[in-house]
This record gives sequence, structure tokens and C-alpha cells, in this order.
Amino acid sequence: MHVTTEMQLVADLVPAGARVLDLGCGDGALLAHLQQAKGCSGYGVEIDDHNVLACARRGVNVVQLNLEDGLALFEDRSFDVVLQLQTLQHLRNTEKMLRETARVGRFGIVSFPNFAHWPNRLSVLRGRMPVTRTLPYEWYDTPNIRVGTFADFEVLALRNGLTILDSFGFHAGQAVRRWPNLRASVAVFKIERG
Amino acid sequence: MPLLHTMGSIGHVTPQKMAFEAPLPLKSGASLAGYQLVYETYGRLNAARSNAVLVCHALNASHHVAGTHAGQDKSEGWWDNLVGPGKPLDTNRFFVIGVNNLGSCFGSTGPMQTNPATDRPWGADFPVVTVEDWVDAQARLLDRLGIDQLAAVLGGSLGGMQALSWTLRHPERVGECIAVATAPNLSAQNIAFNEVARRAIITDPDFHGGHFYAHGVLPRRGLRVARMIGHITYLSDDSMEEKFGRQMRAAELGYSTQDIEFQIESYLRYQGDKFSEYFDANTYLLITRALDYFDPASAFGGDLSAAFATARGKRFTVVSFTTDWRFSPARSREIVKALVDNRIAVTYAEIAAPHGHDAFLLEDPRYHGLLRATFDRIAAGLASCM
Repeated sequence: MHVTTEMQLVADLVPAGARVLDLGCGDGALLAHLQQAKGCSGYGVEIDDHNVLACARRGVNVVQLNLEDGLALFEDRSFDVVLQLQTLQHLRNTEKMLRETARVGRFGIVSFPNFAHWPNRLSVLRGRMPVTRTLPYEWYDTPNIRVGTFADFEVLALRNGLTILDSFGFHAGQAVRRWPNLRASVAVFKIERG
Repeated sequence: MPLLHTMGSIGHVTPQKMAFEAPLPLKSGASLAGYQLVYETYGRLNAARSNAVLVCHALNASHHVAGTHAGQDKSEGWWDNLVGPGKPLDTNRFFVIGVNNLGSCFGSTGPMQTNPATDRPWGADFPVVTVEDWVDAQARLLDRLGIDQLAAVLGGSLGGMQALSWTLRHPERVGECIAVATAPNLSAQNIAFNEVARRAIITDPDFHGGHFYAHGVLPRRGLRVARMIGHITYLSDDSMEEKFGRQMRAAELGYSTQDIEFQIESYLRYQGDKFSEYFDANTYLLITRALDYFDPASAFGGDLSAAFATARGKRFTVVSFTTDWRFSPARSREIVKALVDNRIAVTYAEIAAPHGHDAFLLEDPRYHGLLRATFDRIAAGLASCM
């Protein structure tokens, strides 16, 4: 199985044997990796038919749901870790989903494109919305209906009574811990309910 | 099995019978003394006897899941698009079993057959059977076939209820459960539809309190109406609109309140007529009652999660269809929640198919693709155990 460095970085944050809920789990690659490499168990949530099929092929537990409908299927604190990787930016109910993440899991790991990454800032300075590897869409056809920054998320977490346990950036296969708001294309936060 | 068959079809199949002497204790407290089950099998049971898949049927279907009956045109089994060589449930790899349930009218002991106590047809005196009773009878058939453990149990609608029930009554005998377009119990609206159908049958003057066989008549009118109302609930509003819309048979309005004018009327009457020729009225009453009664949570104070505690260690595949309003996705999500609460392995797919409840019998590529992936995975697991 191909494990990307971003996947491995997130996997490092998940304790061995943890019960994991992966919101927007895609083809289930990360869950499969967590099961095999760290003895984790749990479920993925996914809306896309092809991804649900890919999870079924791998034998990764998957529940086909629209995250906009909330997580009523899952009891409070029924998971050790809730992953919400590269998902937040597609959701209308951003705040609700963050609170749901913190309700269902002991802690959550959230990642999203960092709009304040310096090439994006340059692009906006030049008067144009950025089109990059992390943000590959034109402004008029982007599925990213929420564009925020590393620094913005710190404010949002506070607003929703969430405690940030750890945070760092991610760029070009490397963790970025120094000036992540400027130097990282992806923001990663480990959060728990206040 | 014939040596040569068309690609994908099992070819001709022959139903078999098994007689049981030991009385079957029923959920009602009654018991059925001596009965027979009609069944069909497809594919070969492997040496380890580990590749058996039981397919449970819904209201009006039977043991005849796949293949054709020799000398009968259009006799394809009711799930022939799913079951066969190279199909999602591949009979080259699995030994597939279809059983006609007790109380049905396709050869297994039921109301049309002779009650040994009276030497007359059972009619309305046939004991009320439940999903649980069916599952127990199926388990006895497996005993006789020398199958301790099913690789999987599969069913749609009422068949899905039986598949679920297997994991609650005989969990040690089930590897995986595949429950399609089903529910943990019927809603009041669902019971209401069943009641309309039953009243149509019972109030037919030819019903004679369920003992119409002795009068040489059949309550066809009642059965027709029962089928018509059932059929409406199996289709989605959209698919009915697309198929029939407001199409009329004639160019002009007939200003008749009794003739068929709209195509949908013609279709429903055709379905009703066809059904009333082959289906038994008492069976319709019995099977709709079994649907009404199914409610595994009731023994646990309504707590479905508590009911599914026995199913720990199994793997489930639950499928619903977005336009199915008779067994809606919300009902399947109740099942999924009970499984998740018990940390049970599950794949849940909600297929955006336009066909309503009937979608479970149709060949949607997403739906069949998922079942194919599931059976491929099960087959791979069997191979690695050998």
C-alpha cells in the first residue's frame, strides 16, 4: 500500500490500538494503514460511491453519509480519535462539524489547506486568487467553499471551546513547525473539547 | 447441472424437497408437526463445507433464486441478475441455497397444503409464522445438508430481516450478513399498507374466512387490490412518473369512472391480475403478518443496539436506496447505528437509485459492484483459510 508522508505524519499522532473515526475517509487507505501498522480499529465516513466501493474492497469499515447531516449515528466519546483530514473546507456546517468531532472523539485531528501560505499571499498581492498544488482550482469552480488560514483556525477553535493540543504545518512532504502560517500549504491541528 | 450453459446463467435448475419429522416450535408458542421445505442449490459445496451462502426471499418470491426451470419460458429466478457463474454472487465459487419459507405457496408446507390433523387444506388455520421461525427452519435444512457455518446470509426487504435475524438467533453459524433495502421493524405507515392489503383479501366474498379451497373459488379481487397497493409502495414517485406520467390509453377523455383510462391504471391492474393467478391469499396474510411482527429490539425494551450484541464479531454489509420510501435509508441507518454501537464491522452504502424499493432487484452498477466486491472479499477469505 502506498503511504504518503502526510498520511504517515497523521498516523504518528494516532495512538496504537486506538478506535478511529475517519470523516471523509476517501478510499480507506489511511484507515487500512492504521489497522495494519498500529492495530487500530474503527470506521470511515464517506459520501462518494467510488470511495465507498474502494473501502469495501479493502475490507475497511465504511458508512456512506453526508457529513452535512451531522454525526447522529455516533455516540459521545465513542472513539479515541476523530480524523477530519482535508474535509473541513468542503463543508457548509464548519463549526457544527468541529463541535461534532470533539463530541464523538477523545481528540480530533483536523487538516485543511492553509490560505496564508506565502505563495498564496503573493498571488493575492498580484491581484489574483492562488492556483497551487494544494489549491488547484480556479476561484469559480473550487469545491473548497471555506478558505481559511492556520491563524484563522486558532481563533475558530477558541470560539468553539476547543483546546489545541498540538498544531503544525505540512509542506512538500515535511512537517513545518516554524512559522507554519507562512511556510506551510497545509495546516494540521490536534484538538479536544475544552 | 448441464455441462454447457450460457455465460452468466446457471441454466436449468431443479427444486428439491426435504421432509422434517421433528415438530418445529414456533415463536407463537404453537408448533408445526412435520413439514417440508422446498429449496434449490447452485454451485458446489467445497470440501471444507465453508462456501455456502443462504439467500432469503421476500414477500412474493420463492426458493427459485436463479437459473431457469426446464420447459418453462421466462422462468428465470427472482435474483438471476445477481446469482450465477461470473455474477456478483458467483456460483463458480459459492454454494448458493434458496429456501421457500414455511407458510408460502411454492411447495413448502403452507396454507394450501393438507393439514394432517383434518385431512383438509390448512387454509386460515395454518399457524402464524415469524421471521424467527423461518430462520430456525432454514437452520434445520442446513443441518440436514451438513452445513455448520454459512459464509454469508443475504436478503433484501423481508429477506434482509431474515438475514439480520440469522445473526441474532444463530450468530455462530454466520460469517457475514448482507441486508439490503430492509428495516429493523416496520413503521406504522408500513403496517398500515399491509393492513389495507389484508382487508382487501379478507373482505373478498370469495375468501370464505380463509377456507376458499373447499368452495372451489379464489379471492382474486382481494389479491389484485393487495398487489396493486403493494406495487405502488415498491416504486418511487419519480420512476412511476417517468414510466407512466399522465399517459392515457385513448386520445380523448372517456368520462368513465370505471374504465381504464390512464396507463398507470392499466399497469396496476395487469400486475394485480397476474399476481392473483399464482399467489395464495392466506400466504399473503401470513407473510405480511410476519413483516409486521419482526422487531428484534422489542425483547430489549426497544434498544436495537442491545439486540445486536449477539452479532459481535460478524461483518455486515447494509445497503439502502435513496428513493426507497417503503424501507427508507433512515431505517437502514438505525441498523448501522446498532452495529456501530457494538463495534461491529460494517459497510453501509446508500445507493442513489431512482427505482424505489424495487431497486434491490435491479442491476444498478454501483449496487452490484458493491456486492461483487463484498463476495470477492469473502471468497478471498475462504481461499486463505483453506
